[in-house]
Amino acid sequence: MATCKYDWPEAAERHLIGKPISRIDGPAKSSGRAKYTYDINRPGMLFGKVLRCPHAHAKVTSIDISEAKNLPGVKAVRVIQGEGKEILWGGDEIACVAAVSEEVAEDAIRRIKVQYEELPFLVNEEDLERAQSQGHTRAPSVQTKGDPDKAFADPDVVISEGYYGAPVITHCCLETHGQVTEYDGSDHLRVWISTQGVSTIPQQFAEVLGLPATHVEAICDYIGGGFGSKFQIDRWGVECARLSKDAGGKAVKLMLERDAELKVAGTRPSAFAKVKVAAKKDGTLVAWQSEAWGTGGVAGAGVPPLPYVLEGIPNQSKKYTAVSTNTGGARAWRAPNHPQAAVLTLCALDDLAAKLEMDPIEFLTKNTGLAPEHLGETYNDELAKVAELSEWKKYWHPRGRGGSGRIRRGLGVSIHTWGGRGHNSNCDVLIQPDGSVEVRLGSQDLGTGTRTVIAIVAAETLGLPVEAIKVTLGDSRYPYSGASGGSTTVGGVSASTRRGSVDARDQLFAAVAPALGVPPDQLEAAAGHIRVKGNPAKSLSWKQACARLGTKTIQATGKNPGPCELGSSGVGGAQVADVSVDTETGRIKVNRMIAAQDCGLIIDMKTAESQVYGAMIMGISYALFEERVMDDQTGIMLNPNMEFYKLATIGDIPEFIVHMMTGPQYDRRGVIGLGEPPVISPGAAISNAVANAIGVRVPTLPLTPDKVLAALEKA
Amino acid sequence: MQAFEYARPKTAQEAVALLASEWGKSELLAGGSDLLSRMKDDVSAPQRIVSLSGVHELRGIAASARGLRLGALVTLDELETHPAVREHYAGIAQAVEQVGGPQIRNVGTVGGNLCQRPRCWYYRNGFGLLATYKGRPLVPDGDNRYHAIFGNEGPAYFVSPSSLAPILIALGASLRLLGPDGPRDLPVEQFFVTPKSEAEREHAIKPNEVITEVLVPPANGTKSGFYEILQKESLDWPLAMAAVALQMEGRRVEKARVVLGQVAPVPWPSAEAEEALKGKMVSEEVAEEAGRAAASKATPLSKNKYKVQLARVAVKRAVLLAAGLVKKGEV
Repeated sequence: MATCKYDWPEAAERHLIGKPISRIDGPAKSSGRAKYTYDINRPGMLFGKVLRCPHAHAKVTSIDISEAKNLPGVKAVRVIQGEGKEILWGGDEIACVAAVSEEVAEDAIRRIKVQYEELPFLVNEEDLERAQSQGHTRAPSVQTKGDPDKAFADPDVVISEGYYGAPVITHCCLETHGQVTEYDGSDHLRVWISTQGVSTIPQQFAEVLGLPATHVEAICDYIGGGFGSKFQIDRWGVECARLSKDAGGKAVKLMLERDAELKVAGTRPSAFAKVKVAAKKDGTLVAWQSEAWGTGGVAGAGVPPLPYVLEGIPNQSKKYTAVSTNTGGARAWRAPNHPQAAVLTLCALDDLAAKLEMDPIEFLTKNTGLAPEHLGETYNDELAKVAELSEWKKYWHPRGRGGSGRIRRGLGVSIHTWGGRGHNSNCDVLIQPDGSVEVRLGSQDLGTGTRTVIAIVAAETLGLPVEAIKVTLGDSRYPYSGASGGSTTVGGVSASTRRGSVDARDQLFAAVAPALGVPPDQLEAAAGHIRVKGNPAKSLSWKQACARLGTKTIQATGKNPGPCELGSSGVGGAQVADVSVDTETGRIKVNRMIAAQDCGLIIDMKTAESQVYGAMIMGISYALFEERVMDDQTGIMLNPNMEFYKLATIGDIPEFIVHMMTGPQYDRRGVIGLGEPPVISPGAAISNAVANAIGVRVPTLPLTPDKVLAALEKA
Repeated sequence: MQAFEYARPKTAQEAVALLASEWGKSELLAGGSDLLSRMKDDVSAPQRIVSLSGVHELRGIAASARGLRLGALVTLDELETHPAVREHYAGIAQAVEQVGGPQIRNVGTVGGNLCQRPRCWYYRNGFGLLATYKGRPLVPDGDNRYHAIFGNEGPAYFVSPSSLAPILIALGASLRLLGPDGPRDLPVEQFFVTPKSEAEREHAIKPNEVITEVLVPPANGTKSGFYEILQKESLDWPLAMAAVALQMEGRRVEKARVVLGQVAPVPWPSAEAEEALKGKMVSEEVAEEAGRAAASKATPLSKNKYKVQLARVAVKRAVLLAAGLVKKGEV
């Protein structure tokens, strides 16, 4: 096979790539030295607060800010949506203030007088007929493939019908959305912002504020969670900058309150569906029918890809209705639309397998040929792996045969897929004459280990230890690197870093080749030395080699995309959940989660496994606890807090067994993103495990005691 | 949160003098885990906060032949870990060990646990204790999944959130209040009342009174137990709880007290369950029967029928725990 100069090193030549390496920013984070947007305090800084609409749907009939303006300590007041504006969801921004303290800002907000004309609203969508009768639905999209009517009518098929769903949940970032904005002079804006896309921020501000993008600098060293909800500068970001300007350029800090974070800063759309599936008696899937709906707020929702993964089912009939509700809008939530699609599909297939009296792992394995072509074998390997690691044969039992005891145990399985191709990324790799090395780029580390993988790739390429690499990111003045969404970051930054590091290394080879008396292409960088290939005795230490640069710093730019294929797209993944259900209380305890996950070539085994752990924690949380509760009578969100918007705590987290798929067939695919895929399956896997345990389906997430008891009563 | 005046008296008497004689103007601050969240949510906006942190006479646990004396400022953690409490009043230790998380138990106090306001999400979102909107009650037709299944004929539908109240009532405890006219004693059971109007409160305390201590009678062999059902492992509000105190003759129950929590606007004593236990040898079946009896008169709302089942199970398991037929963690 032809090699390309930037290709990833072969397995035998890797010293760092693929090894378990601790994240390099771990000590800064765990000691509190890491500074988040919330921690930024500027001289003379003001505090911004936002007045929000208390109604789900209303028209602003009047607004009076005079009292707020006159309050001592208030430096700026702005009307965001004033008289005549129609407000379409509760919590939307009406006005904002900047004042010398948070307390004064809050007092000022209370002094703004707004009158509303309340308008009819709809805030809940599970009852589709009601939404339709109130005119809150769009025209459904309908798709047909093959001849589903005929397929379902075949007397030789087994048919399963069911109702499944997942409600709207929120991102609930632990660090709420927000920023500190500060003008330097009248037309230079600095923004410290909690964002998933440092390089994209200047252009966003420039456009709305009428500044050249070159006059805006965005900084984000650390971020306390985004999950897809922190790409935009948001209206509160724009208003924060305008407050700064109105206040004479002073810095203004405006971070969302917890309730606003839950009401307006991002939700995952709901998805509910009536599903009918058919298979031959041997388990071969032949037909799919779904009538699905969901909401993502006023704008409706993204359509879940149905049937999920096994998209090649030959006969399909699909209908999807988007429901518009007067609620805070949807944003990308870690693998947009996939967790919902997994619940709707994998739960329906699990019910069909139960009806066929088939082991669901055998059933899925029989049908993996319906998955996108290159993934069939991967799924078979991953399903076999989770079966082995979960001791499936020992613990699984046919549905409803979990005994008659009070506590019943069950196992469930799900599979998932995601793209994850590396995004556009540029970086500068600098080698200084003193031997220090820095990689600079306008990327961000969402907590996924981005800094660490960059350091590993540069260190591997330069033959240095990880600690020798300084990674500088989180500032838009560094080379443009894409936003972190779609699991695209690791593929993008590892490729740009690899290309930049190879070029920097080659420049160093050229500089030291004369001293070693061989042509540059006879040199290698390994074990902290530049040495002659095949003659390691003939070498210079890294420091000696760099000293040869004299006063010249090497600066190489790495890019992605670029020459040589360093990554690709499309992963699989399988998970098993092991649960116990207390049939008297309906309480579910997850005993174990077992995951097999591929993501091509793994840069850091430890942070890769951590991604899967974190995803399964988030998955348990949405499977069992999370739900935005909207009130039909008042239109407000009833649980905009972390008391009744329930998140899993450490005690709810079970044993995890994570197996990352490795080997030449995965290495060959290059680097593929991992942040999203492992969060897709937990909902379906846990729901299936509960059905296996208690013998009956709990139709919708979250799997709360009331629903479990209701399902048991119905059984 | 609105601006307020902060006072830090040194004695309970001084604290009383600093309190206003009408509701809403002043608030007592002990652990603060409830008060601060209400102030941040603009549910409470006192003009004056009277901190009890300097009032040392309100601290301390004393166990003697006369029973147990708990200062109002005893923390839940102190209570849970106190040897005499663990030995003679197992139900009290069991009642506090799952309150919130360790951080909450480190600051939460006995007095605060009794005086905390309901968690009803309509109340916490500004619709008042009785949860009304444009003149009509929100709970009956609203999202009442966490609301009352007993004593819910209105106008109150919230549930009493105290974890300590049910077990203290089961044990016959009383509390001492100090007001401008001096101290008065009140059985804990009478401390909780169902408000009939928005002007009333759910506690029989005056705006300018302070709980100084809780007095639990001597255990004298009374066996107690407590069981609650939380959805999460920690940092969660229980869906139902039950406290049981049994005076036993061998395995036979001479007298039983059974009090449920999180099911009614007040802690809910169950005469039915007490009757079902009286004179019986405790067994799984008898405990089951007590649970059934406790739940028999529930009147669930549109979305909380499941709580009837949870109340039943909580009573059953608390009886088994109290009788020592199972250990915590086995039920």
